[in-house]
Amino acid sequence: MSLFVDIEKDLGSFHLKVSLETDGGITGLLGASGCGKSMTLRCIAGVETPARGRIVLDGRTLFDSEQRINLPPQQRGVGYLFQSYALFPTMTVRQNLLAGLHREKDKARKQTLYRQAVELLGLAGLEQRRPAELSGGQQQRVALGRILVNRPQVLLLDEPFSALDSHLREQLQLDMLRVLKDFSGDVLLVTHSRDEAYHMCGRLAILDEGQLLRCGATKEVFADPGSRAAARLTGCKNIAAARRTGPNTVWVEDWGIQFTTARPVPEDLCAIGIRAHYFHPKAPANRFEVEYTGQIEEPFEWIIQMRTPNQTPGTPDIWWRMAKDKRPNPLPAQLGVAPENILLLTR
Amino acid sequence: MDWYPLWNSLRIAAISSVLVFFSGIFAAYYVARLPRLVKGLLDVVLTLPLVLPPTVVGYFLLLVFGAKRPLGIFLANFGIKFVMTWYGGILTAAVVAFPLMYRTARGAFESFDERLTDAGRTLGLSNTYIFWRVRMPACRQGILAGAVLAFARALGEYGATSMLIGYTPGRTATISTTVYQLWRTGDDAAAFAWVLVNLAISAAVLLTVNLLEQKQRRRAP
Repeated sequence: MSLFVDIEKDLGSFHLKVSLETDGGITGLLGASGCGKSMTLRCIAGVETPARGRIVLDGRTLFDSEQRINLPPQQRGVGYLFQSYALFPTMTVRQNLLAGLHREKDKARKQTLYRQAVELLGLAGLEQRRPAELSGGQQQRVALGRILVNRPQVLLLDEPFSALDSHLREQLQLDMLRVLKDFSGDVLLVTHSRDEAYHMCGRLAILDEGQLLRCGATKEVFADPGSRAAARLTGCKNIAAARRTGPNTVWVEDWGIQFTTARPVPEDLCAIGIRAHYFHPKAPANRFEVEYTGQIEEPFEWIIQMRTPNQTPGTPDIWWRMAKDKRPNPLPAQLGVAPENILLLTR
Repeated sequence: MDWYPLWNSLRIAAISSVLVFFSGIFAAYYVARLPRLVKGLLDVVLTLPLVLPPTVVGYFLLLVFGAKRPLGIFLANFGIKFVMTWYGGILTAAVVAFPLMYRTARGAFESFDERLTDAGRTLGLSNTYIFWRVRMPACRQGILAGAVLAFARALGEYGATSMLIGYTPGRTATISTTVYQLWRTGDDAAAFAWVLVNLAISAAVLLTVNLLEQKQRRRAP
């Protein structure tokens, strides 16, 4: 099971150029709003046509600009879960699910598959309702059921949780993972939430202004995002321009600090990133003086804002985040960062 | 009382409404997909009969379908003659009522969520299925309103009709041309009777529509 995508399309304000391959499990596509994530999915589903490129699903060419192949969406075998779920508003839950089963001609089998879907997605009792009478989570389950009974070879999920209340999200993510466990094809999940990407996706691709910045195992991408935009999208708060000074040392002019790194510093290094959780009062390496400028209290964490004594005026404060019970009192005059926690960024 | 005008008006309005219903919907559906410039141009042409005085529309129709005009001569070979025949009334009523159906249907389609079409296509549903089972039911309120407006307009059509098919009792007379003729010849009582008939039909149509809408609202809250 694999989906190969290599497409280009001009989107007015920027040029979309995505090349990625899935090989089992859930692949995330992380990016800010309007970076071309949804357009990529639309091109794969066939409801939008790329300018150039190729899309191959399990050895079957869905689109090839050179060979002039462009299968209609009906023949692609691609399941597409829309952000708004796109349930047919005048049909009941039952009719919506049966619309996904329209290819099944055997009446008895159709009924069996329908009952299985109702069971799997917990829709019993809702079958005669219309989409407007369902909650967001229920609508999502109906939409997912309608797609799964259609037996697609690959599943595209377009920001599936963004329309839902935040307190429901984690539970619904778990529910979806449980439902998708039995799905044999690959899944491509588009999201702008790094938490969602981290929870759900084994592999992750990062998209910024139509360009694919990084693609790899999710944990590796978070540990080594490679570029400033990718670091920011994976939630890194502290990013500063940096210069290579040795095989394992970098100089950050704006902070006036030299850091030692665990990874070898690449020749074309242009910035470093340090996640807000990675400062530690007792870390022995990379110690530096700090002055505190402000703090934000969250339910379970503190965000401390600080500057170094030699920090260039006008540059953003450095953010340090910690669990409430880990907050030292008083705040220490010096902090350190483990060498393996310095993100080396080349773009 | 000679009931011919009632029967003639009803069949003209009914047939032209059916024609306008389908042609208006398909025009609305396809025009929306055209490139902007062509769309703007076609839109003006298709809406023109709504804003032109009906007599001007009648004049244009005579220019095209008149007995001495190329198209009129050509159609006469097949025994089709729109001038001074009852079915010429279908032509005038359809032309005048068309923009009402076209514009209301287009408005309804424009507010339709195109993602529903995309969703249907990725589920393997045919475009025909999506059109009739998803788009039309979702747009039914606007389309129903357009159909009613078109029927009412076709039933009341006077200007273009009187120019193309005139008034021949028992042949081309419709309610509206009859009312005018009776009033002109001073038969006020008969004219008033036809006014009442017209009023009754219009009220019945509007009542039916309201009932249909209520029924639908109860079914789909």
